[in-house]
Amino acid sequence: MTLAVTPDTVPEPLHVHLHQSAIRQTLALARRSLLGRLRQPAVLAPSFVFPLFFAALSASSYSRVKNAPGFPKVDSFLQFGLAAAIMQGAFFGATSAAADLAVDIEQGFWERLMASPVRRTSIVIGRLMSSFVIGALQSAVFIGILAVFGVRIRSGPIGVLVIVLSASLVSLAMSTLMSTFAIKTGSPEVVQGMFPLVFVMMFLSSTFMARELMNGWFRRVVDINPISYLAEGIRGFVIERPLTGWRFFEALAIPAIGCVLALGLCLRALRRRLAQM
Amino acid sequence: MTAALHADSVADRQVARDPNPITVIAFMVKRSLLRIRRIPAAFLPSLAMPVFQLVAFGGAFAGALAYAKINHALDWYVPLSCMQGAAFGAMGLAFATVNDLQTGFFDRLRMSPGGRAAMVYGPLTASMVRAIIPLVIVSVVGFIGGAALPGGVLGLLTLAVAALGIAFCASGFGLGLAFRMRTLAAATLTQFAIFFALFLSTAQMPLDFIQGWVKPIARINPMTNVLRLAREGFLGQVTWHDTWGGLLALGILSLLTTVYAVRGLRSFDR
Repeated sequence: MTLAVTPDTVPEPLHVHLHQSAIRQTLALARRSLLGRLRQPAVLAPSFVFPLFFAALSASSYSRVKNAPGFPKVDSFLQFGLAAAIMQGAFFGATSAAADLAVDIEQGFWERLMASPVRRTSIVIGRLMSSFVIGALQSAVFIGILAVFGVRIRSGPIGVLVIVLSASLVSLAMSTLMSTFAIKTGSPEVVQGMFPLVFVMMFLSSTFMARELMNGWFRRVVDINPISYLAEGIRGFVIERPLTGWRFFEALAIPAIGCVLALGLCLRALRRRLAQM
Repeated sequence: MTAALHADSVADRQVARDPNPITVIAFMVKRSLLRIRRIPAAFLPSLAMPVFQLVAFGGAFAGALAYAKINHALDWYVPLSCMQGAAFGAMGLAFATVNDLQTGFFDRLRMSPGGRAAMVYGPLTASMVRAIIPLVIVSVVGFIGGAALPGGVLGLLTLAVAALGIAFCASGFGLGLAFRMRTLAAATLTQFAIFFALFLSTAQMPLDFIQGWVKPIARINPMTNVLRLAREGFLGQVTWHDTWGGLLALGILSLLTTVYAVRGLRSFDR
C-alpha cells in the first residue's frame, strides 16, 4: 500500500530483503537469548563466582609456587591465574547457554520457532551470539575485579582487547560445541552431564599450572592438548610485555578454528534434527 | 478350620510386632545399593570424578607439591580423592531422599512401623557402605599409579575411618537439608558445602605453604584435621599426634550433623 502511494520508491530485490531479514532475525534472537541469560542471574552467577573463587583459592594455596624454578615470572599467582579464571568462566557459561537451548527444545519453543518463517541458522547463530557477548562481559569483569587486587595486564590496552576477544571466541566455540549436544539430544541433563568431560580437557592442560612444572605422561598429554596453547596465549598477554605473533595465534586463531569446527558440527546436528522433524 | 485360624493368628502376631530397627536399616542399605545397579548414572559421577581428580591433580600439581617437599603427588591426593568420593555419595543420598519425598515413597516409610530412627540411620549407614566403593577404587588407582603407604595397614585404617566418617557427616548434612528444603536444590547445596569445606583446608597444599586468606580458615577448618588423619599413613608412620585431632573433628561433626538430620525429620513431621 505504501509502495503504491510513493511511486518514487524502488522496491528492493527479494534476495536483499531476505538477507537483511535474516540478519534482523539473528540479531533479534541474539537479543532474546542475551536478555534471557541476563534475567537469570542465578544461572549466570556460577560462571562468574566459581572462577573467581578458584582464582582466589589458588592464589592463596599456591602463592609460594611462583618462586619455584621454571615457573614463569609473575607478580603474583593471582596474575598467573587470570587466564584460568577466564577459561573457566567461558566453559561454565557455554554449558549453561547450551542447557538453555536444550530447555527450549524440551519445552517446545524450538518447534514453534521452526514453524515460524525464521531462518534455521538464525535460530542457532542468534543464540550463540549471546555467548560471544557474555564471554566478553565475563572477561572484562574478571580483569576488572582482579585489577582491584593488584593484577596488571603487562601487554597494555591491546592485550586487554585481545584477552576479551579471545574469551569471547572461546565462549562462542564451547557454546557451539555444547549446543551440538543440545540439538542432538534435546536434553538439558545430557548437556550438563557433558560438562565434566569439558572440564577434564581443561585439567589435562596447562590452564591451572605452568607446563614447566609438569613431567612424565601428563606433560605429554598437556603438550598435545590445544587448550594448553590457548591458555598460555591468554596468559602471555597478562604476564608478558612484548606482543608476539605466536601469542596472537594462540589466543585468537586457536579459538577461531575451534569456532569453525564446532559450527560445522552444530549445523550438521541441526540438519539431522530438521530431517527427523 | 482350626489350622487356618491358628495360621491367621500367627500371621497377625507377625504383622503386629514392630520390625527390629536394625532390620529396617539393613533393608534401607540394601535398597540404596540396589539403586546403584538400577540407576548407575546417579552414582557414577561420585566414582568417576574422584578418580579423574586424582589423575588430573596428581599430574598438574606434582611440580607444585614437589616444591613443598612432597615428592610424590599421589601420596597427597589419594586420601583427598577418597574423601571426596565418599562425601559426594552424600549428594546422591540427598538426591535419592528428595526423590523419595517427591514420589511419596517417604510418606509410605513414615506410615510403616519401622520407627523414625531408621529413616535417619538407614540412609546414614547406607552412605557409609556406598562410600566403600570409591574408597577402594580410588585407592587401587592410586597404588597402581605408584602411591606409597609407609603407614601400612594402620595407614589404610586411618584412611578408611576418615573417608567413612566424612561420608557419614556429609550425609547427615545432606539429609537434614533434604528434609527441610524438599527440593533438588538440597543436593546442589550439599555439593557446594562439601566442596567449600574440603577446598578451604589443606586439600591442595600443606598448611605451612599456604599464604593469605585461606591459611587462617584452613587452620580452624576441621577438614584439615580429618585430611591429616587420612594422609598420615601415606606420608609416614601413623602416630597418635596426627590421629586424635581427626577423630575428634569427626566425632563432633558426626554428632552435629546427626542432630541436624534428626531435627530436620522432626520439622518434616510437623
